[in-house]
Formats: sequence, structure tokens, C-alpha cells
Amino acid sequence: MKSKRKLIGFFVVSPSIVAIAIFVYGFISTTIRTSFSNFNSYSRLVKNEFEFVGWRNYQRLFSDYRFQTDLWNTLFFTIFFLLGCIILGLFLANTLDRKLKGGRVFQNIFLFPYALSFVVTGTIWSWFFAPGNFPTDPSGVNMLLKNLGLGSLQWGWFTVTESVGKFNLALIPVIIAATWQLSGYTMAMYLAGMRGIPTSMIEAARVDGASNWQIFWRVKMPMLRTITLSAMIILGHISLKIFDLIYAMTGSGPNNVTDMPAVYMFDLTFERDRYAMGAAVAVIMLVMVAFVIVPYLLSTLKKEGSK
Amino acid sequence: MNHTKRWSNTVSYIVLILLAIFFLMPVYMILVTSFKPLAEISMSTMWNFPKNPSLEGFVNAFQKLGPNLKNSFLLVIPATLLSCIIGSVNGFIFAKIRFKGSNIVFLLILFGMFIPYQSILFPLIRFLQQIGLYGEIGGLILVHVVYGIPITTLIFRNYYTEVPDEMIEAANIDGANMFKVYTKIMFPLSLPGFVVVIIWQFTNIWNEFLFAVTITSDPTKQPITVALVNLAGSQVVEWNMQMAGAIVAALPTLLVYILLGKYFIRGLMAGSVKG
Repeated sequence: MKSKRKLIGFFVVSPSIVAIAIFVYGFISTTIRTSFSNFNSYSRLVKNEFEFVGWRNYQRLFSDYRFQTDLWNTLFFTIFFLLGCIILGLFLANTLDRKLKGGRVFQNIFLFPYALSFVVTGTIWSWFFAPGNFPTDPSGVNMLLKNLGLGSLQWGWFTVTESVGKFNLALIPVIIAATWQLSGYTMAMYLAGMRGIPTSMIEAARVDGASNWQIFWRVKMPMLRTITLSAMIILGHISLKIFDLIYAMTGSGPNNVTDMPAVYMFDLTFERDRYAMGAAVAVIMLVMVAFVIVPYLLSTLKKEGSK
Repeated sequence: MNHTKRWSNTVSYIVLILLAIFFLMPVYMILVTSFKPLAEISMSTMWNFPKNPSLEGFVNAFQKLGPNLKNSFLLVIPATLLSCIIGSVNGFIFAKIRFKGSNIVFLLILFGMFIPYQSILFPLIRFLQQIGLYGEIGGLILVHVVYGIPITTLIFRNYYTEVPDEMIEAANIDGANMFKVYTKIMFPLSLPGFVVVIIWQFTNIWNEFLFAVTITSDPTKQPITVALVNLAGSQVVEWNMQMAGAIVAALPTLLVYILLGKYFIRGLMAGSVKG
């Protein structure tokens, strides 16, 4: 009776299993295979003359200046975007957790950008950060700075080619836009976590004379460790894949200052017919994401197994 | 004590208000720009209130984006409904029935939620070309339903895990079969779960860009996100229309968010994998 039920259960989910097997794992294997091929022109693709070229596409990529820039851009974008979202999200959550009057309104203001698409965010912020012909005829935020008497702070924003070490400063406006969109989400995660902390614990700490600062670091933060980890993983895998925002806001920028692997992959595959190179970028992206996600998924499984 | 508390509350409010201004600044700009007539759009007055408020931007945006708005609805509604049904049935099986190796299978499915879609994109397009769905809204529906399986299954599974096993056992003793257990017990209990998944899938599919831009090349078949980006690509950027277009593109998900915000936050939480 019970085994029959399990058999039916398996039968019911099998279409989904087959779909995922093909659309996820099957297609990934095809992409991996393509990345080791010579499919770097349209004619080779349609004639399907597969030739195994080993690591050649990967070697080319890693010695390619644009791809190197992409990897550095991803690294710095990820670091600052994660830091921005987590610090701001944590700060907002901790402030709103004190149940201030009107907290709900603030919460909604901070969270609403999450409901927008990256395309809309990119459109808005590209208008906002468009430098104009500053300092005489500025636009957007430069204009605002001029009006506020802070004209000396005017800047080329996402059009500048300066960098500090390998960090392209043109990424700063993109990081601000991405943080604007996702720090509210991070706040919501932390708020949910803080609501789960028993008030008795906080009261007890207060009776013992702990300050708000101490309560935050000694009582709340240790309880929020798993939330921080989840937030880092969710935000991290978004930033490793970032595409829409760049595409709508800045494009690759002068000298690839705001280029990302996903943008390069799109360019190689859909604009230049270099499918094998595009596939190699995609595989590298997959490996980067897997490094973040697989340990996380496995640890979730272990936790459930021990329950 | 009371004095310090009031003082710290005041500081909190000041910081919150400053941050709220930062968050709303782009919204202010997009609103004032969208209500200006084209003649009034200039860099030097971009922060000013419109002198002669006009709907010109919105009229033009609707004219250009109207068909794409319709495409987005034609895509999102069926894809969301199908996702819900599949996710709910899968979630029920993975939470309550289980079979040998079901946890591993579930994990393998879950991985599909995190992959960069670039890693499946090109084979996917070739596949859609072969089955004749490339460039069609139907193709996009298929894609979103399939790649929505992991997240919808996860949300429903987490939801159903909360249902006590005793309820199902009691129904079994009463002779109810699996189909009845699902339709009579699980389904009615999970209506809030459906709301969460509907919001989640609706906003994600509506806002999605990568599949939309690569699978539909015919402008008459493109969803609104792609059409909005293409507006900016035209020779002269009519910023009032561009900003009005952004508002039009954002409005459906914003409305969902305003009307169902409470569930929206629950949807967010479900997006983080937890047991």
C-alpha cells in the first residue's frame, strides 16, 4: 500500500524530473561540449563540423584583456554590492526593529525597489547618473550637486576610465543602483530574523545593563548568522550573473570599465557568432556560481537529514 | 532613561528620513520627467517640477509599448498559473509522499534555480528552434514554466512540510486515496501558498530580461522589458517617454506589491532556501 503510493508519487513528479534533466543538466552538458569545440563561426555551427580543440577557447579567454577586466569587475562589484546591501540592510532592520511609529511606511519605501526589474532600475539610474557636459552644463546628479553648491564634486560617474588598482571607478554608480534595488530585500530578511529572536533574551540583556550597541553585537548578531549567510549567497549569485542592469544602464562602457562576464557572453554568442567562446564564458560563470551554491545546498541537506 | 530613549528615537528618525530621501530621489526624478512635455525636457531643468504638466510622455509610451504590455500579460498569466499547479503537486510529493532518493532528486532540481541561464541559453534556443517555438510567446512560457519548477516546488514543499502528518494518516485510515488527500486536505490548506507563488512568479517573469531578449527578436512579440530597453536605443532619447515607459513597465509589479505586500515579504523569505 505504502510502496504503491510512493510509486505513484514518483510517477507524478517524473515529468518535472525529465524536464529538469534535459533543460538544466542536458543543456549544461551541451554548453560544456561547445566550449571545447571550434564552433566560432556561423557556418561551422550549421555544418555541425564538430572538432575538439581542448582548452583553446579557455586559454584565449584568460589571456583576453576584456575577459580579465570582466573578472576583476565581477570581483569588486560583488564585494562592494554585498557589503553595501548587508550593512545598509542590517542597519535599516535594526533601526526598524525598535517598532518606531511609522516604521511600516519606511519599510515599504526601502523595499519597493525590489519589485522593479533591473531594466527599469538601469533606465532610471542611467538618467540619474548621466554626467552631462559638466561643470558648465551638467545633468542628473551633477546638476543636483551644482545646485547644492557642491559643484566640485561633479564627476563623470559611469563614463570615467580611472581605476584604483584593478577597481574601475565607473562601477560605483552601478553598485549604488544595485544596492538601491536589493538592500531593502536584505533588510526584510534581517527583520524576519530579528522578529524570531525571543524578546525575553533582549530584555534579560537590558536588565544586565547592556547598551543597544552591545545588544546588537552580542545578542542579535550571533542569532542572525544563518540569515547573513543566506543573504550573502543570494546576493552573491545575483552579482556573479549580473546582466540586465549593466545592459540597461551602462553597457560595456569605454574600455570595458563596466563590462561583466554575462555581457561578454551575450556579445560573443549573439553579436559575433563566436559560440564556443561564449560557451566557455558561460561555463566559467557556472563554475563560479557552483562554488557558492553547492556547499550551501549540501549543508542544507545535511541539516535536514539530521532532523 | 526616558530622555535617552527619546533622543535615540529622534536620531533614528533623522537617519531614516535621509535614507528615505535617497531611496525616493530617483522616483521623484522619474515622475517629474514623465509628466513634462518633450519641449520642456532639458538638462538644466531636470530637477524642476513640470511647468506645463502633460501626458504626452505617457501617450507616446503607451503607443509604442502597448503591444508589448499585452505580450507581457499573455506571457505572465499562463506561465504563472502553470507554474503554480506544477509546483504545488511536486511540493506535495516531495514533502509528504517521498520516495527512495527523493531528497537527492529534490536537491538536483533545486540547483536549477541558481544556475546562470547563460550556461543553458544557446542549447535552449537551438531546441526551441527545432520544436518551432523560437521567437514565440509560447516558447517563453515553456521556458519560464520549466525554469520555475525549482523555486515553485521549493516554496510549496516548505509550505506543506508544516502540515502535520497525522492529518494525512487520519485521512488514509478513512480510506482517502492520494488524489483525495491532495484535493481535499492539502490544496485548500495551501491557498496562501498559492498567493505567495503567484506573486513570486508574476514579478519574476514580468521583470525577466535575458530570456526575453534572446528568444524573441521580433519587436511585435517582445515583452515590455525588452521594448523598454529598445526605446533608449533609438536615435533621440525622448526622456519623458522613456521615464513614462519605465513607469508603465513597473506598474503591474508595483501594484501587486502594494496590494499584496504582506504576502510579497513572505514570498521573499521563501526564496531563501531553508529546511
